[in-house]
Amino acid sequence: MDDTAGPAWQRRLMVGLLLAPALLWLFALIVLPHVDLALLSFRERTAPRQYVTSIAQYRTFFGEPLYWHIFVRTAVMSVISTVLTLLIAFPVAWTIAKLARGRLGTLLFIVCLIPFWVSETVRTLGWMILLRESGVLPGILVHLGLTAVPVELLYHDATILVGLVYTSLLFMVVPLVSSLESLDNSLIEAAYDLGGNGLSILRQIVIPHALPGITAGCIVVFMLTLGNYLTPTLLGGTSSQWFTEQIYTQFITRFNWEQGAAFGFLLLALSTSMVWLGLKLSGQRFSDVMRRT
Amino acid sequence: MIPSLPRPAWLRAGTALYLVAFLVFLFLPLITVAVFAFNDAAYPAPPWHGFTLDWFLGNEAKARTGLFGDEELLGSIWTSFEVACAVTLLSVVIGTTNAFLMERGRFWGKQALSVMMLAPLVIPGVILGISILAFASRVADVLNDTFGLELDFLRPGLPLVVLGQFSYIAAIATLTISARLKRFDRTLEEAAYNLGASRPAVLWTVTLPYLRPALIGSAAIAFLMSFENFNTTLMLVGADSPLTIMMYGRMREGATPVLNAVSLFLMVASAVLALSLLRRSGPREG
Repeated sequence: MDDTAGPAWQRRLMVGLLLAPALLWLFALIVLPHVDLALLSFRERTAPRQYVTSIAQYRTFFGEPLYWHIFVRTAVMSVISTVLTLLIAFPVAWTIAKLARGRLGTLLFIVCLIPFWVSETVRTLGWMILLRESGVLPGILVHLGLTAVPVELLYHDATILVGLVYTSLLFMVVPLVSSLESLDNSLIEAAYDLGGNGLSILRQIVIPHALPGITAGCIVVFMLTLGNYLTPTLLGGTSSQWFTEQIYTQFITRFNWEQGAAFGFLLLALSTSMVWLGLKLSGQRFSDVMRRT
Repeated sequence: MIPSLPRPAWLRAGTALYLVAFLVFLFLPLITVAVFAFNDAAYPAPPWHGFTLDWFLGNEAKARTGLFGDEELLGSIWTSFEVACAVTLLSVVIGTTNAFLMERGRFWGKQALSVMMLAPLVIPGVILGISILAFASRVADVLNDTFGLELDFLRPGLPLVVLGQFSYIAAIATLTISARLKRFDRTLEEAAYNLGASRPAVLWTVTLPYLRPALIGSAAIAFLMSFENFNTTLMLVGADSPLTIMMYGRMREGATPVLNAVSLFLMVASAVLALSLLRRSGPREG
């Protein structure tokens, strides 16, 4: 345990004993499976149990408009969902960090966390009961005379976005609150005394200070949204066209693991490059961002 | 903007209104789920047909299957529970050894290892699932071809689900426990050594008690994340479905309010877990 006491061999034995489970975990469950996935994506089946190395799987992806349309669509929807989440979460985080005092702020924070202790399945079930044609909100709309007959609110792109934003809010609120809490109020007061208005203070003081939190929140939300499966498929139905669904279809339904592996790698590449881009744009280190969330 | 600055009345009212709308948005789906668990109708949809406990207690005599009579659903809760226990135990143990390794050990490649330990958190769960599925199958095939061994636990099923969930939950446990170990005052250990305590005694009576809140906290988080995991589990699941997979399947078919009943059960369970954690950490960290 202790690297300052005890003979050298004992120290080395300790490090070795602690290193073994860590390496076993990282190599057996993370590194080697991904290497294997990469190898899988670069092969093609020519006959039963006969494989050759090729880029056929990736060629299929780029050659078949359906696949890359869904890929681009998933990416665009994830970006929209991340931006919406940020816009909705920011005022709430501001209220918790700056406006609500003492116990009220803590209480508000805890209240915001509660829904996220509940499974995503349960939350999605709630949205389905609320939005489906025979559900609560269409009924209320008819009752208010806004629509003549119940309208189907499920299975639209907007529905998917509502579900995705809802699921992501917590991962945005938490890093935003922690980065806003560290902002000294006297800076805002000083800016105000020097003639700043709400907008200029927000742009020149608040956002630069909160940027680490904003980046952390956006990275995590984007990644989780991109990799989400449950919300798009249940709220979007057959028209959801989410890329993770394609991966599932190739892997589990069609048993075409080579194609599924290539899709998986493309999604991983997109996710990783967005994380990298977010870090570059905000000039932060990966490990700092992850500790924040 | 902040309380010490003048805020016009419309801004105050706007803020309050926004917060109310936000809270309604947050709680509306949960309240809806809870309410329709008690509706006396075959589908979880309006209108309200009266209060009933059938979706909890119903049995064949009533021609309705309630939660406590639904063997399949109860079985899947038990499956989830078993998986979550295994994942929690593994994650907390490995999280603790990792924390000691990273905070106390000095070795070549430590920086690279610390970045690698965070990697599982930025890999989408679906991809963790398929990569482990593919790799485990390859290992199983190789072992089968060369030694004639048939290892069932490498095929889709609960052991793989446990490994898949553990692969990223271990990273979270490592972060939580490391953060607390970092703040530990080493002079406490030195004092114990000076007083003649042995290494295991110091670990057991000084260091681990200090880590206790982080161990309990990461165990609760690990349990919850395992119980609620969907993406990774979906790819690795075999014949026995954990609860989230079972619920997903039924939701696609259009299920009875028994799903609302099980959801309400989950809400109450996680609320109890959350409250007991808050009470624990409340007095100390405020």
